[in-house]
Amino acid sequence: MARPAVSIRNVGKTWEVEGRRPVRAIDGLTIDIEPGEFVVLLGPSGCGKSSLLYMIAGLEDVSDGVIECDGLPITAPSAERGLIFQEASLFPWLTILDNVAFGLAIQAEQPERRREIATEILRRVGLGDMLDKKPDELSGGMRQRAACARALAMKPKVLMMDEPFAALDVQTRAKMQDFLLQIWRDSRASIILVTHSIDEAISLADRVVVFTARPGQVKEIVPIDMPRPRNPRDPRYHAYRDHFTELLAAEVDRAFAEQEVR
Amino acid sequence: MPSKSMTAEPPAAAPVIHTGGILTKKARERLAKLGWGIVSIGLFALIWEALWYFEMVNPLLLPPPHLFLQDIPGTLKFFDRSNRIGHIASGGGVIALLTTMGWTTFRVFTGLALGFICGVGLGAALYYFRMLRNVLMPTILLLAPISPVAWLPVAIFVFGIGDVPAIFLVFITVFFAIVLSTGAQISSVPINYIHVARIMGATQRQTFWRVILPAILPSLFMTLRLNLFGAWMVVLIAEAVGVGTGLGQITSMARATFNAKLVFFTMGIVGALGFLTDWGLRQVQRKMLWWVAPAKGGF
Ligand SMILES: Nc1ncnc2c1ncn2[C@@H]1O[C@H](COP(=O)(O)OP(=O)(O)OP(=O)(O)O)[C@@H](O)[C@H]1O
Ligand SMILES: [Mg+2]
Repeated sequence: MARPAVSIRNVGKTWEVEGRRPVRAIDGLTIDIEPGEFVVLLGPSGCGKSSLLYMIAGLEDVSDGVIECDGLPITAPSAERGLIFQEASLFPWLTILDNVAFGLAIQAEQPERRREIATEILRRVGLGDMLDKKPDELSGGMRQRAACARALAMKPKVLMMDEPFAALDVQTRAKMQDFLLQIWRDSRASIILVTHSIDEAISLADRVVVFTARPGQVKEIVPIDMPRPRNPRDPRYHAYRDHFTELLAAEVDRAFAEQEVR
Repeated sequence: MPSKSMTAEPPAAAPVIHTGGILTKKARERLAKLGWGIVSIGLFALIWEALWYFEMVNPLLLPPPHLFLQDIPGTLKFFDRSNRIGHIASGGGVIALLTTMGWTTFRVFTGLALGFICGVGLGAALYYFRMLRNVLMPTILLLAPISPVAWLPVAIFVFGIGDVPAIFLVFITVFFAIVLSTGAQISSVPINYIHVARIMGATQRQTFWRVILPAILPSLFMTLRLNLFGAWMVVLIAEAVGVGTGLGQITSMARATFNAKLVFFTMGIVGALGFLTDWGLRQVQRKMLWWVAPAKGGF
């Protein structure tokens, strides 16, 4: 079997902020993410999903265990592991084209070549005629697509997304999910997506990792065994939805109970 | 019949009302703004003139506009063509007026530019280097609240009479404000901007020049603009005392020679210059810092 794209081995994370009690966000987490796999992280609020993405991205250190990418421990951020946030976080002082070309500029790519690559990617994500617009002239969905384009320009092996569609309306959200499946197939990158939406998880994932309440551990890993596009009226879809609802409800109850004890 | 013509008319009339004839909406807004400007200043002048007409103010002390604008060539005699220190009234004329205005404006802008650049530089250095912050911050906090005018004697002791004390005073006016707000602005740059830069492989230096600086510039520029009027105030004081040329020197001389007309004429010039330079900075802000909408940049 091929080497996993990301290998999370027994990872723990304790946040230590001066003047506050240390927070154990993640504990003993072990997951392998295969090359080209679409993994969705699902779990109650505060269980460390974002923390995990930050550690895979190399923006934060692990407290215990190790995260390997292509067999090498992660020590620093890399353009091979892109990260997309809930807010598009485009630079408002750059045009859409320059935003997408930002990473290429950092990597000292030639200006014409930059323009070429960025234009091509923007066309692919359906923003071909928005090149010279400013970010605040775009709708939320378009901004999020531009943020995807910015990450894709670096040809990442792993693309992480932290609740990327949470701020969008329902219709835009459905469109963006189709869009995401399409760029996933095109790019052949592994995708790790965090969401609170059970439906989003079922529609998109190869496997769904359900987290326990804090400290986050793997509660269950559920492969979604349905061909795409997945029909929400399919009985199997219903079964998955019931299963996830049950798993999450138990964890949310536990999280609340713990808060009351404190 | 009448009902028919009534239903036919509104659609034709409505667009005319909406576009307001040939002028675009923007042009009409500008025109309205200009109109109100004239009304506002006109009203002010009118009340003043009325007070004079009904002999409620002494024209020797408070000469109304028509009096201090009456003898412009005479007034201009007091302006010097060269930037010579303590040189009173040679030549005069429009060129002399413009020269004087130009020198004062030059002092304001040089001070602002130096204060801005040094302020951002030191502010950023303080933010990034803990040791520097420990050593310098208490002193900066002690010096910052001192009025720029209080620096005038120091400036004259150190730099002597000339342009430098005036420039230095303007510098002081913006410098501390910029130093202190730079750190605050850097710490409020959205963390995700920095994450994006790091993921793309930016070095710390690249992150500063390409992400942090553009992100903080608009609000720092706003700080600069807010201090522009303060800069105009101190430059006049500095010129009156420590330079010996410029609009400040004229005002001070006018006071010494009890020339009320010259006082008000110069005040008018200073007001106009302050307005124009603020307008100029606003244009710079719009052209170069376009990513902040004017609504967010204030009035
Ligand atoms: N930068 C940080 N500094 C200190 N504590 C942090 C930091 N980031 C997260 N935490 C803490 O770690 C815990 C997990 O946070 P995290 O954001 O990873 O959860 P999450 O699963 O993404 O939650 P949500 O679903 O609400 O986004 C929380 O208790 C949070 O307070
Ligand atoms: Mg989160």
